[in-house]
Amino acid sequence: MSAPEKFSIETEKLNLWYDDFQALMNVSVKMKDGLITGLIGPSGCGKTTLLRCFNRVNERYGNVTTTGQIKILGKNIYDPDVSLPEMRKAVGMVFQRPNPLPISVYENIMFGLRIHSERASLKKSAADEIVEKSLTEVFLWDDLKDKLKKKATALQLEQQQKLCIARLLPLKPQVILMDEPCSSLDAESTRAIEEMMLNLAGRYTMVIVTHNMAQARRVSDECLFMLMGEVIEHSRTQSLFLTPRDSRTADYIEGRYG
Amino acid sequence: MKGQVVATNESNPASLGANPGLSSTPGYGSRDLFTETPFVRKKKRTEYLVEAIFFLMTLLMVVPLIFIVCYLFYRAAPALSIDFLFSAPTSGMRGGGIWPALLGTLYLVILSLLVSAPIGVLAAVYLNEYARDNWLTRIINLAVVNLAGVPSIVHALFGVGAFVLFARMGRSILAASLTLAIMTLPVIIAATKEALSAVPMAFREACWNVGASRWQTIRGIVLPNSISGILTGIILQVSRAAGETAPIMFTGAVFYKAISEGDIFAYGLFDQCMALSMHLFTISTQVPNVPEAIPYATAVVLLGTVLLVNMLAIVFRVYLRSRKKW
Repeated sequence: MSAPEKFSIETEKLNLWYDDFQALMNVSVKMKDGLITGLIGPSGCGKTTLLRCFNRVNERYGNVTTTGQIKILGKNIYDPDVSLPEMRKAVGMVFQRPNPLPISVYENIMFGLRIHSERASLKKSAADEIVEKSLTEVFLWDDLKDKLKKKATALQLEQQQKLCIARLLPLKPQVILMDEPCSSLDAESTRAIEEMMLNLAGRYTMVIVTHNMAQARRVSDECLFMLMGEVIEHSRTQSLFLTPRDSRTADYIEGRYG
Repeated sequence: MKGQVVATNESNPASLGANPGLSSTPGYGSRDLFTETPFVRKKKRTEYLVEAIFFLMTLLMVVPLIFIVCYLFYRAAPALSIDFLFSAPTSGMRGGGIWPALLGTLYLVILSLLVSAPIGVLAAVYLNEYARDNWLTRIINLAVVNLAGVPSIVHALFGVGAFVLFARMGRSILAASLTLAIMTLPVIIAATKEALSAVPMAFREACWNVGASRWQTIRGIVLPNSISGILTGIILQVSRAAGETAPIMFTGAVFYKAISEGDIFAYGLFDQCMALSMHLFTISTQVPNVPEAIPYATAVVLLGTVLLVNMLAIVFRVYLRSRKKW
């Protein structure tokens, strides 16, 4: 973990407005390569907005103005030569509600590869292998190996959410963004997803937005506390929870507001 | 004072909140516990009444439909035969069959569909999936909705002006089909847009987030999930195109046209043609002494043609569904 400091995500003086409302204020953060970074803070503090900046999905929602810089793997994603499809290949996103596509489990996994490659370049045997590998990574292979033809929207929620993560893997993403990935799941499923995240840690840089303080503590290596669009504190999870530097962080993690 | 209120509430929880209209629940062990109160009986009566009315309305809709179809067949029976379908009218519409009209209607419907279905569906895809929400799109959407409500006779006059005269097509199958196409286009666009917007946004977001282009999203996810709705919209317009008289009677349909019997390529694009709807109109209002069964038989054939085209669309829909990989 203490390899030479490399940052997968860096922002510099990032400001963001929805119409007149400023949702992010001078956010400058650096997220280390291969770590799981947790974004915590009360509702409306801008953590989801920040997450959505990292693959530029924000632009699809209403009147958004952004200033500042976001560098993913050292490249400013607002540079004019950045192609959104290519960038999103490297920066995958998992949503609050599982959103598998209404096609088979197999085709869900292959969807990303199919849209990024020429039709003839994908061989059946290679595809089979990719599907097996991706599902194994998220601990879904044993459950689903006989149900690959099943429609993905008919799976259990936990399986759907795992599938949504597995769907990103064939594209070999560098960063996986997760927006409260467990908020529609029960405790058991949440544990399963967390286990899966820890399995992926190190190989992928993950950013997870969560309302669940215990979850942030369990899975994240570093934590980022936000309030009213500002980053208040960013440090190792241990020290953020045990010895918060800012009194507002302390108040929040002790549950005085939220 | 405050203490007293709390005490009374505890002794009789049913009075809590003191809601004047609400009768209190009988106490523990009472024989009347959970039995019907007069109010519940009243609710039940309303329920029966409402259900009965709704059922009656459904009946009112279905019975005439069945009656019409049965009556049509009953009156048409003496004239209906295979020969009736494939032979030309004789003795000034008073005998023979309806082949030229049947073929004419098929030509008109299919040609108009070939024009309006692709244009309508693609335009709707653009409006729903690509167009940004600005004043231009809003005006176009408004225009589509309003065009769908324009009476068919107005479309007919437009057809005369635009196709017959301005484009110099003359009164022809082409001009009539194009007029029908213009008439059906707005409804096809509206129905397609409806079907497209019924596809959940989450599917599109999922696609975009693995880097799919809009077209890949539409081709892979949006269209397969809305094709049923789109086809239903088109099917309804087929019936409308086959049944309308006004748009074709000024633009290409004629009272009588002799063509070779049984030849499905008997009409050319720039010929005038007969059509079932127009034929039915003329023989029942303009020609005296037509044997009664013939108009009824014509109506049955018109109905049958529409059902046949609809059936084709349904078969196509089933085929598409079976081809999907799940």
